[in-house]
Amino acid sequence: MIEGAWWRKWVFFYVPMALFLLFLLFPFYWMVITSVRPDGELYRPWNSINYNPFWTWNPTWDHVRYLFEETLFASWLWNTTFIALASTAISLVCGVFAGYALSRLNFPFAGSLGTGIFITYLVPQTLLFIPLAEIIRNYRLGDTPWSLILTYPTFLIPFCTWLMMGYFKAVPKELEECARIDGASRWQAMLYIVIPVAIPGILSAGIFAFTLSWNEFIYALVFLSSPGQKTVPVGVTSELIRGDVFFWGPLMAGALLGSIPVAIAYSFFVEHYVAGLTGSVKG
Amino acid sequence: MAIAETQVYMPQAPQPRFRLLEDERWLAFMLLVPTMALLGTFIAYPFLRGILLSVTDARVGVPGDFVGLANFYKIFNDGIFRTSVYNTFLYTGVTTVFKLALGLWLAMLLNRNFRGKAFTRAFILLPFIIPTVLSTFAWKWMFDPTFSVLNWLLYHLGLITGRINWLGDPELAMISIIIVNIWRGVPFFAISLLAGLQTISPELSEAAAIDGARPWQRFWYVTWPLLLPVTMVVVLFSVIQTFADFQIVYVMTGGGPANATHLFATYAYQIGIGTGLLSEGAAISLAMFPVLFLVVIIQLLYIRRVEVR
Repeated sequence: MIEGAWWRKWVFFYVPMALFLLFLLFPFYWMVITSVRPDGELYRPWNSINYNPFWTWNPTWDHVRYLFEETLFASWLWNTTFIALASTAISLVCGVFAGYALSRLNFPFAGSLGTGIFITYLVPQTLLFIPLAEIIRNYRLGDTPWSLILTYPTFLIPFCTWLMMGYFKAVPKELEECARIDGASRWQAMLYIVIPVAIPGILSAGIFAFTLSWNEFIYALVFLSSPGQKTVPVGVTSELIRGDVFFWGPLMAGALLGSIPVAIAYSFFVEHYVAGLTGSVKG
Repeated sequence: MAIAETQVYMPQAPQPRFRLLEDERWLAFMLLVPTMALLGTFIAYPFLRGILLSVTDARVGVPGDFVGLANFYKIFNDGIFRTSVYNTFLYTGVTTVFKLALGLWLAMLLNRNFRGKAFTRAFILLPFIIPTVLSTFAWKWMFDPTFSVLNWLLYHLGLITGRINWLGDPELAMISIIIVNIWRGVPFFAISLLAGLQTISPELSEAAAIDGARPWQRFWYVTWPLLLPVTMVVVLFSVIQTFADFQIVYVMTGGGPANATHLFATYAYQIGIGTGLLSEGAAISLAMFPVLFLVVIIQLLYIRRVEVR
């Protein structure tokens, strides 16, 4: 801790920390306050007299009601949840299997395959979205949830594999050998002995993959076209802006409600999320 | 050999159907098939497809003919493309410096013991968790030319007399999107670097302090060199993500005003999807590839070097 005069603690710790928190969290406060503020107050010029932008005495549910009654927000929420859960499940199965094979089995080209998967981990979605849009159209997957459920694993699997490799390497070889001596097949030893030990890793990979797929934007923007099929980020972007007119109240309410499911999922697994995040960069 | 052994000693031999899986190579192959199939179909194939697309003159619904490097020739002579190249490098460079500096500072603050530490850390990650598009809308609303809360604040602090048109002026718009990117990236840097800091034993710093090192010297000669490997990996990751960024610019400015704030990705989207010139869009996307490739190579070499040590 900081030693010396009392003010040093304030200058070197409390004040910078408070400024960081203000900078990082203010946009969320702004989202909340905008989404319950009546339109009459929202569209008051910033330099009008007696205007306090940070508080409202007339909170309203109008924007939330508009969102659920006039737009397909409920379907967007359902679509996003379904797509995120399905692509996370696929990625976890693939990632756990691939991670196990690459970290615990000896086979030709293991090293170069590992490197190959690591490279795909670093391929950003924006590099491939145009040819991928064509491929999705050719497979007749366009405008269906499957276009995303099948493509999201491309950036989730490499991450899951990479993370699981780290966890599997930490499981002692003896544990598996014991099971094999007791008569388990390789497959059984993997399924019943090694994978259960790595459950914290699976949770970390899962929660991280879930937030990533909830977050994804460009594939969803390019592959989906009908309003009923959209995910929350795309729906909010394309359906709540008409030409140059922004419906700020519903927009902020949508941003807030679209963030809550992922924030709740995150709050239950903060430690696992942080483990996944730091594991993903350390490898 | 393994099969023979298990058959001798085991009361229940594995069923013949699964006997193939007892072979290490077959098991590895079976376990890797789903991953290879998905990555092959949706990464390797689109990549090749993208290269083929970029040497044709395909549009939406028109397959197009081979035109060689005409698309690349065209974009290199395109003023907007040049601006987006410049913007992308500026955006990546400036934000990375700020994210690293602020993230490191925040990580050092979080590395102390104080009440509510776990809580603070959980809240700090929010900008990174919440869908970027949605939080960027909050920023766009804060930068709104007529109703901006930032203008209100600056006005009432007596710093400005007229309004600032944040997103209407090319340079201010660039500054605005840089601010949003820094806001979103700082938590990632802070939490990753905090994990790195926690692996450094405090005894090292204490020993340096006993030897008379000032706080700044302790940081520069003890903490920083030990943190460098983690920093390097975090920076390279962030550079790739920032260089290929799309969401923040798409929401904040859409590349405007007058195409002044495009990045590679947003310009590729505008040309490829917006106007339907698929081949030219694919060429713009692929123009990112050499830089990304370079960063990946640096990262691979660096990881290998660290592993060898």
